[in-house]
Amino acid sequence: MKGIVAAALRCAGTAKVVTIRIELGRLAGVAVEALRFCFEVCTRDTALDGAVLDIVEIRARARCRACGHEADIDTWCSSCQCGSFDRDVVSGQELRIKDLEVFDVS
Amino acid sequence: MCRDCGCGRAIEHSHARHHADHDPHPHGHGRPVRRVTVEEDLRAKNDELAGEVRHRLDHDGIAAFNLIGAPGSGKTTLLEQTIRSLGGDVAISVLEGDQATDRDAQRIAASGCRVVQINTGAGCHLDASMVDRGLDELQPPPRSLLFVENVGNLVCPALFDVGERAKVVVMSVTEGEDKPLKYPHVFRAASAMVLTKADLLPHLIVDVGECIANARRINPHLVVFLVAALRGDGLDEWCTWLRLQVGGSHGR
Repeated sequence: MKGIVAAALRCAGTAKVVTIRIELGRLAGVAVEALRFCFEVCTRDTALDGAVLDIVEIRARARCRACGHEADIDTWCSSCQCGSFDRDVVSGQELRIKDLEVFDVS
Repeated sequence: MCRDCGCGRAIEHSHARHHADHDPHPHGHGRPVRRVTVEEDLRAKNDELAGEVRHRLDHDGIAAFNLIGAPGSGKTTLLEQTIRSLGGDVAISVLEGDQATDRDAQRIAASGCRVVQINTGAGCHLDASMVDRGLDELQPPPRSLLFVENVGNLVCPALFDVGERAKVVVMSVTEGEDKPLKYPHVFRAASAMVLTKADLLPHLIVDVGECIANARRINPHLVVFLVAALRGDGLDEWCTWLRLQVGGSHGR
């Protein structure tokens, strides 16, 4: 969370941050509620105080090593339609600051 | 009022619906809002340092294993017995992670190997910077084995690369066959699983085969060892696997 705050402040410069957009994969291992709670605590009395945390959830997808079929998954423990559990996760582990909405303070 | 941005609009919705409902929403409240691209992975800093640690260990031919398991799963006892079994053949050193005390470091030192204790205070896992600093102090010898015993926790350590060759998940048979299903991240991240306290099996209602099958539903490539460290059962197989890792590349 400190990384989010530091990166947002660095990229915003002197501008006021109104929104921070984060891409969060469903299998990133980070709970949305915890992220929101920590954001509120960590931004209090900083230049980010009052900014909106916009969390964009990225669906998780896996490609089967046995048959090549690609599909959405909800958990690490899920089998392909062919029955194989041997799958590469191709998306869903993201934890990335996408961008900021800012306005210039004159 | 929107509960997320406090903008005063009379809307009853979650912020996920916010933009869809009235985009473009003037969050600047009358001032021109512009978008600043960041595109920054929040794990990048740790992963970059972990890459440097891995390079440093590879350069010296040191095979590093990150042991992850719940408190009381038997990580330290497994290490003590592993050191005794392997100690004569290959140099071993240990980074011990705990929130507090150097009790585990004392146990490892008594087994006759180099050890540095890392106390994380309130922290629930080791990260690459802690391991990097620990290595400066530990100075593991070239062509040796390094064990990083992570803080007892089956959740957070799974998410942090510390520059290891492989993560090894340690769980005791007393934890039940459904443990891999309940804590899937670590079983997915690990290359090997050591099932400890196998000598207790006669006293338990637990299906080891089902436990292994569950773990391999998460990670079909998981190498599994069934060990009773204090009695010595299964240690030979585990130690043979470890010996094979020395000298190879961390390959990530």
